[in-house]
Amino acid sequence: MSRGAGEGMKRRDFIRYSSFGLALGSAGISVLAAAKTSAPANSLNPYVMIHDDGRIVIAAPNPDVGQGVNTALPMIVAEELDADWQAVEVVLAPIDANRYGAQFAGGSLSVRNRWNELRQMGATAREMLLRSAAQQWGAPRTELTTQPSKVLHPPSGRSASFAELVAAATEQPVPADGEVVLKARADYRLLGQRVVNAAASDIVQGRPIFGIDVAVPDMVYATYVKCPQIGGVPKTANLEALKALPGILDAFIVKGDAGPPSFDLRKSIHVAGGVAIVASNTWAAIKARRSLQVDWDISAASTDDSLAIEAAALSAAGRPTGDHEVKNAGDSEGAFTNASSIVSGVYATDFVSHAQLEPQSCVAHATATAIEVWTSSQTPGFAQSTLAKLFELPAEAITVHQVRGGGGFGRRLSNEYVREAAVISKRIGKPVKLQWTREDDMAFDFYRSPAYFGLQAALSETGKLTGWRNHVVSVSSDGEEANYGAGYRGYNFPDDVVPNVHISQTMVASKTPTGAWRAPISNVYAFAEQSFLHEIADATGQDHRDFLMAALGEDKWFKPDDLASLNTVRARKVIAAVTQAASWGRALPKGRGLGLGFFFSHAGHVAEVAEVSVNADKQVTVHEVWVAADLGQIVNLSGAENQFQGSVVDGVSALADQRISIRSGAIEQTNFHQYPLLRLPQSPKIHVDFLTSDYPPSGAGEPALPPVAPAICNAVFNACGERIRTLPISRAGFKVV
Amino acid sequence: MQLSVNGKAHELNDADPDMPLLWALRDLLGLVGAKYGCGVAQCGACTVWLDGAPVRSCQLPLAAISGREVTTIEGLGGDALHPVQEAWIAHDVAQCGYCQAGQIMSAAALLQRNPNPSSEDIEGAMAGNICRCGTYSRIVAAINTASKQFQGLSFYEVGQEATVSASDGEVSV
Ligand code: FES
Ligand code: FES
Repeated sequence: MSRGAGEGMKRRDFIRYSSFGLALGSAGISVLAAAKTSAPANSLNPYVMIHDDGRIVIAAPNPDVGQGVNTALPMIVAEELDADWQAVEVVLAPIDANRYGAQFAGGSLSVRNRWNELRQMGATAREMLLRSAAQQWGAPRTELTTQPSKVLHPPSGRSASFAELVAAATEQPVPADGEVVLKARADYRLLGQRVVNAAASDIVQGRPIFGIDVAVPDMVYATYVKCPQIGGVPKTANLEALKALPGILDAFIVKGDAGPPSFDLRKSIHVAGGVAIVASNTWAAIKARRSLQVDWDISAASTDDSLAIEAAALSAAGRPTGDHEVKNAGDSEGAFTNASSIVSGVYATDFVSHAQLEPQSCVAHATATAIEVWTSSQTPGFAQSTLAKLFELPAEAITVHQVRGGGGFGRRLSNEYVREAAVISKRIGKPVKLQWTREDDMAFDFYRSPAYFGLQAALSETGKLTGWRNHVVSVSSDGEEANYGAGYRGYNFPDDVVPNVHISQTMVASKTPTGAWRAPISNVYAFAEQSFLHEIADATGQDHRDFLMAALGEDKWFKPDDLASLNTVRARKVIAAVTQAASWGRALPKGRGLGLGFFFSHAGHVAEVAEVSVNADKQVTVHEVWVAADLGQIVNLSGAENQFQGSVVDGVSALADQRISIRSGAIEQTNFHQYPLLRLPQSPKIHVDFLTSDYPPSGAGEPALPPVAPAICNAVFNACGERIRTLPISRAGFKVV
Repeated sequence: MQLSVNGKAHELNDADPDMPLLWALRDLLGLVGAKYGCGVAQCGACTVWLDGAPVRSCQLPLAAISGREVTTIEGLGGDALHPVQEAWIAHDVAQCGYCQAGQIMSAAALLQRNPNPSSEDIEGAMAGNICRCGTYSRIVAAINTASKQFQGLSFYEVGQEATVSASDGEVSV
């Protein structure tokens, strides 16, 4: 099998790589209106602006919180434009739905949603340049072609750079969709290559490109103190004492809304009540918190206790069926009655916090008639619409600037800190930078929901899976609907593949806010179901890989042409590839094991094998993780690989010892000493293999996360014989070392 | 209070002596390369050098460092990029990038005193710097590349792991 890069290839990659790296240090916080060069420029459409000096400015429409879309999306435009990437300057687009549509970072959707649009933008701009040259040279358009950043007329040998042509090209009508031919994949110069992140140069030099780095004239600094018992509001506070402290400019109560906030991103205008402390610098505001005394009204606050929630959920999950039926396909009763054997397991996961490394911050300047904010929100459009609603202003009165975020993982989907900053700014009549502390961030997250699964499998005499039951126990604030991330996932494998299936659900009460945490719902389902499939294989003496291959059933694309639906052909390919890469089935010393996990989410088919060793003290070393994935085409190989490597680290990090516990409605963990993130020495060696294909590209930020936990827990079982049914694995007495 | 940062002297007369160096750099001097991640010496995002040694600036009150020399990411390379910064670009290390100034300051300090670190040396020197995005394998690769420059060798190999199959057809099922 010849797959991948020999030494010669590596050498070439490096040359390309470093030249891109050196050339591409230009992206960053600049917005389209204020691109860095002063040379005159002409725009061919909202994404493409060409300067007379040859620089090609490409707008990056969606927020980048580390997922690499400020590089990947402009690459798509550059490919069809046939731009010389070394001449490209990436700028952050203004937030403007009329020009850029939905500008958000979520669901691994940036590349998938914009693939056609951005190719079209690049291709139509190129076509305008070509037509303009054809007119100037009196040559038929069909005789013209492009090389990076220039138009050629081979019969006459004439050529002109894009910069020379762009002024006249702006006079060309924009070609209609059908009038341009998009490139064939074989002709790509840029897509699929390793391209260095457009912000790399700014990042390594510590340039001010993050939300926390924003500074505007006359800006003051604020901290905002909320009730530890989530949903409590302040009655009184020692404001006068605070105001007397050095560096403190103001201190006041924001009455706000009582009760825990909801994760309704579109509609929520919730502002939690709290005490704002405004100061001349961040430290003065943070230090003043030590002197703050608040009397809280906790009548509407959460009274959650996570151990009580867990006890109620586990006792419910022990029942084979729950309160509400969610799905009943085939004859599950019959399948279990006639089963030759039945395997059961109850799986549980805890609350988890996002812990993106940059705590929330926002710079806001709110007046009676207009609001301007600078924020690393993943949903700047909702920041704008919810601010308009909260302050009863027209949408045009709200300007939102997108700023790079130091990690997202779903934490920046909500905009409550943006509203808090605007409320504080309006009250003091000045621009303000609201800075959450790490402790604020951990105490007031929209956590990954806990989830509990009572799983049962009916098996035939030959070990074939004939029936499947899943009793999902979900946290719910109203007893009716599952909280965000706690519900039934509704997906194709194994639910839609096994002939007889019964899915039911039971609610347990919880008011702690939950939200989207990298690969929401998929992350906990993958752990439970893909571990349980291994349990079944093991109980029936079958090899896990072979069992999985058979359990996937016939070759089938569940909804043909819908990339978001399972394709069992692609699924089997990644399982085959990853097991081959990891030499599945090889002999290992005692205490060492390989484990397999497969999952399909976010339009990505991903399989992973982990190699671990476990000692007598239940210390787990994760040595290596192999990943094979089919995301269709790859836009930026370096970026996609980075996301996958990071997903594996994130997966190990979360499963090791990340757990948010709650007492009397308040979060117990305050900072990283109680909520550990994986560090370099514990980080495994990671091998990523993309099985590229002609399918359109899908996003790389999330789909590699779900298979990590089952692959590792299955490996632990193979290494030591103990089945882990609880995340984090520290709760089962294991420790990642 | 006197503070010397990247070779430049600053007089911070009105500053609170309790103020951690991190906030003085960021809010008073406008040097924002050092980042706030935890404020309790857990994450390393705020790493700068004090007299050439890496320290957590979130834990260093101004009172404790008067007259000492601070180096931040902004002053690491002087007019050019430091070899560690170059290696970080070549390996496309960053995802969000928020931790990377701190990572680079720790890595550069390591190579300054140990130009040819073993894996264990690297693990020891970098264990205090969290990368929430999980770029650790690239960090190690970049340190190894930069180490070659420190040893006077050429900057020759990126050593990335990923491979891309040419087509679906190459994997036998
Ligand atoms: S901010 Fe200083 S170590 Fe985290
Ligand atoms: S790159 Fe995001 S925290 Fe390291």
